Formats: sequence, C-alpha cells, structure tokens
Amino acid sequence: MLDQAEGFVTADGRKIGGVVMEMKNITLRFGGVVAIKDISFDIREGEIRAIIGPNGAGKSSMLNVISGFYTPSEGEVWFRGKKRPPMRPYEVARQGIARTFQNIALFDGMSVLDNVMTGRLTQMKAGLFSQALWKGRAEKEEIANREMVERVIDFLEIQHIRKTPVSRLPYGLKKRVELARALAAQPKLLLLDEPMAGMNVEEKEDMCRFILDVNDEFGTTIALIEHDMGVVMDLSDRVVVMDYGKKIGDGPPDEVRSNPDVIDAYLGVAHD
Amino acid sequence: MFYREAGDFKTSYLEDNQTFPIRFDRYRYYAVLAVAFLVVPFIINDYWANAILLPFLIYGIASIGLNVLTGYCGQVSLGTGGFMAVGAYACYKLMTAFPEVSMFIHVILAGGITAVVGVLFGLPSLRIKGFYLAVATLAAQFFLVWLFNRVPWFYNYSASGQISAPERSVFGVLITGPNAPSWATYLFCLIFLTLAGIIARNLTRGTVGRSWMAIRDMDIAAEIIGVNPLRAKMTAFAVSSFFVGIAGALFFSIYLGAVEVGEAFGIQKSFLVLFMVIIGGLGSIFGSLAGAAFLVVLPVVLKLIGVDILGWPTDIVAHFQLVIVGALIITFLVLEPHGIAQLWRVIKEKLRLWPFPH
Repeated sequence: MLDQAEGFVTADGRKIGGVVMEMKNITLRFGGVVAIKDISFDIREGEIRAIIGPNGAGKSSMLNVISGFYTPSEGEVWFRGKKRPPMRPYEVARQGIARTFQNIALFDGMSVLDNVMTGRLTQMKAGLFSQALWKGRAEKEEIANREMVERVIDFLEIQHIRKTPVSRLPYGLKKRVELARALAAQPKLLLLDEPMAGMNVEEKEDMCRFILDVNDEFGTTIALIEHDMGVVMDLSDRVVVMDYGKKIGDGPPDEVRSNPDVIDAYLGVAHD
Repeated sequence: MFYREAGDFKTSYLEDNQTFPIRFDRYRYYAVLAVAFLVVPFIINDYWANAILLPFLIYGIASIGLNVLTGYCGQVSLGTGGFMAVGAYACYKLMTAFPEVSMFIHVILAGGITAVVGVLFGLPSLRIKGFYLAVATLAAQFFLVWLFNRVPWFYNYSASGQISAPERSVFGVLITGPNAPSWATYLFCLIFLTLAGIIARNLTRGTVGRSWMAIRDMDIAAEIIGVNPLRAKMTAFAVSSFFVGIAGALFFSIYLGAVEVGEAFGIQKSFLVLFMVIIGGLGSIFGSLAGAAFLVVLPVVLKLIGVDILGWPTDIVAHFQLVIVGALIITFLVLEPHGIAQLWRVIKEKLRLWPFPH
C-alpha cells in the first residue's frame, strides 16, 4: 500500500516523507527472556507513529532500543539512511533523538527553566574556562539557547511556572515539562513513552493538542506508546501492534482496528 | 520592605540570569564585598585572623570545592583531607623548587595538580555510586596521607618529616611565615575565596552545572537527554579538587606554616569539610560559606563563653566544646535537614512579603 521510497499524503493533507528510522529484524534478549522477537518496522519523516500492545508486550523495550538504552541482541537500527553502530544513549541524543519517560524522569532539584535548558545540552559547546568567567562564548550561548527554550515554554504554555522547582508541580504539568525538555533539543525524532498515562480527560486533551501542534508546527517525527486506544487511533498516522514481543499488526489505524490478531490480543480469543 | 521584586523588571535574559536578580540582594552582596576588602584589613589583628578569619576563608574554599562534587554532582567524597594534602605538598614542592615565582601562581598550580589527582581518584565513580564511592574516596584519603608520610621526596628529605613554608612575599609584602602581617594573609586568602565563589557560581548556573545536577538528580535520564556521564563526573571531580587543592595549599602555606600530614590533613579534616557542606546546605555556594563560618565560629564562641565568661578550666571547656558542637550539629540537622542555605531561603521568602504577609 505504501510506496517505500517516497512518502504519502494523509487524509488531513499532511505530507509524510521518506523513511527516517528503520528497525530491521530486531531481537532483544535478557538472559533467557526474549523481550522482542524479530520485529521490523519503519518510521517516516513527519508522521506520528504509535506502538501499542498489551502490558508486557515489549513496547517500552522497543523505545529503549531506539533511544540507545538497550543494544539489540540481533538486528539492525537504521537512522537517516545509515546503519547505527552500538552507541551510548548520550550519543544517540546527539544524533537528534529525544524522549520522554513513562514514569516522569525530571531533575527534581532544578527549576522548570533549568530542566528545559538541559534539553539544550547537546547544542552547547562552550569550554569550561569560558563558562567559569561567564564571558564570551558561554554567555552568548546561554542567551541564544534561552531564547530557544523560551519559545518552547511559550508553545507549551508553562510560562507561569518557569522558575518553580519541578518537585512542587502537579503530575500533569510535570509531564508537560518533560515534553518541553525533549522538544528543546529540537529532535528529528521524538519518542513519547505513554505521554497520557495517569491523566484526566482534560489533561489528556491538552496533551493531544500539544502533540498534534508539535507535529504540525515543527514537522517533528513522533513515535509514541499509548494505552488509550481512542487517543492512539485519533492521533497516529500508522500503528505498530505488539504482543508477547512479536509484531502482530502494522498499518493505518483503521486497518489495524479490523485486524483479527489485534482484536484477539486485546479482547482475548474465545476457546471452544 | 526587603527583597521586593515588584517594579524590578528584567528586559533581557542576561539580566534575568544574573546571580542576584533582586536589587536588594545585589547591593547587599556589593556591601559585603566592600567591607571584606576595604574595611576588615584595617581593623584586623592577629587573634581575629588566626582564630576566625583565615580558617573561615580557607575552609570556605574547601567546602565550595566539596559542594561542587557532592552537592551539585551528587558524588560523595570522604577524600577531602587527602586532596587538601595534595594541594599543600604540591605548593610546598613548587615553593621550594621555584622560589622566585609568585605565590599566586604556586597556589593555582597546586590546585591544578590536585585537580589531576582528583580526576584519577574519581574514575571509580563511573562504575560505583553512593556509599561504595564514599569508601573508594576514603581509600584515596588514607593512601595519600600514607604516601606523603612515606616518600621523603615529598618533604624534601627533612629530618622531622614535616614540611614548613619558607618566607615568600607578594608585591613586596610578606605573606608566609610567622612574620607575615595578618592583613596581608587575610587579603591573600580573601582573593582566592572570592574568585572561587564567583567561578563556582558561574559554573553551576551554566551548562556544566546543569549537566552535574542532571547526573545528581537522575543519572539515567541525564544520559538519555545527552549528558556524557564520564565528562560530567570528571569535570566535577576536577573542579572540586582544584578548589580543595587551593584550600590545602593556603592552609599549609598561609595559615599553619608547618604541617605534619597525618595531623593536619587526616580523616577528621575530610569529615569536618563534609559537615560544613551538609550543615551549610548541599547544592548552594552560600551554604558552603555559611557552613564553614558556623563550624569555625562555634568552637571559638563556646570557648569564649566557657573560659572567659564562666571561668571554667580550659581542658574541661575543650571537652565540652566537642560534646556541644556534636549535639548542635545533630539538633540542627533534625530541625533543618537542608542546612543553613534552606533556612536563609525561607527567611527571604518571608521577607518578600513582610510586614504584610497576605
């Protein structure tokens, strides 16, 4: 259905480009446990790609493979047309992949502003000496990156809590700050691990709007894991379905929804 | 009344980023600096310099150093005494090998040498954390003291095994040895403390400071957003040891004059500086200074009360002093676990609204 080399145009008229990231036959083992079994899929430029599946299906492990936290036991990761050698997570971050976490992983001892500024660390190159004097490159860099960060803060509407220590914030805002930190890196690929877990309907709607806006305004490619099927089907352009470490479905939401394997995995199979 | 932000609008990120964004705070800081540099040197005497001011300034530098490592980067260290010894012996070797070079350069070079040693002993921090790292740094403490005791080259083969600072002057004024005027030694140390404070503040509010704090608060997340843990931890060890080494060099050359390594830089010194940092407040430059002041002034005040006011025998007061300081530390930490810096923050929050709290 999809043209491999070129992109396609979605129903709402957004242009989806070529393949940004391709996972080829990824297998991930922890000792005897096989978390991911021979999975291949791709993520295209500008799309919102969802990974769904029941608990323990290996979704988060998949995200961890993409962000370099786990090295796959077998298989290849291709990013922007190049095969990625095994790397440390911070090197992956420098390639332009940012993520948020299922359990919020903000830096509790720092203010919101500092937390979001850490998202810019990959872009800041001033030497220790310049920073010690707070002159020259360090100062210029600080101002330039602050401007960028303020745009993100504006965009996500968290201006009022800029200087608040994150430990004082309610859950929903923490999730938003975490998104801001990931966005501040201006990632080429943004990974969201259950961005709406534990939120009420209103917070979920806010978060959905932000995700769509990010994709729309910055053209950021997004891969997300989410349990709320309504959200996933509404947001995403294409969906990968996993169960017990295997891929059981892949395609646009409507196609996936009617896939009998997917229905079985979610609703169970009648044994007679 | 005080600490009013209302009407103090910032029109650039540069202004918003400054160390003291509130005008009152900024002027208070300038006033403190002016008094320290322009008033104190004229009224200082030997007693004040040796009992309070010099130890405060030198321990202030050491606790800023330890705070960078433990408070900002979250790496516990019990090797402060050993690293101070490295600074002291490096300074001694440099002073005796190059007598004509300025003391400023010797002290800074001593800091640099300590930074290298600190990075070496910091390497285990890449694999181990918390208590285990504390034990590893403890090993550094004992090893370094042993090394300076056993290798005669470090103390220039002197018969006593001690090192003693030769007389050196800066701009024609003697600053080491028993004949150095107290205002000169005070100013010399004050310059280093001021620079240490400013540099530490600049580093901790910028890029490298954020990567330290990210490692401290959640090292896995820090690595995933792009902090290189090796770089962050090693810079923290280097910067921290640099300051601690400078403190050690000053402690030996300016304050004590002659040093026996086990006595001056033993494990109790490591704990003393660690207490200063904890009481003052982890992750705060002001806290480092407050903690140093607290632990330097407290014994002096207790002695004053015991001997001069109550008229007790000196040895009893000396023993009581240990008990009381210990008890006060525990009480203080129970009441305010985040240290003097947190207390100060709370007071400032209150002052912003005072006298109309609603």
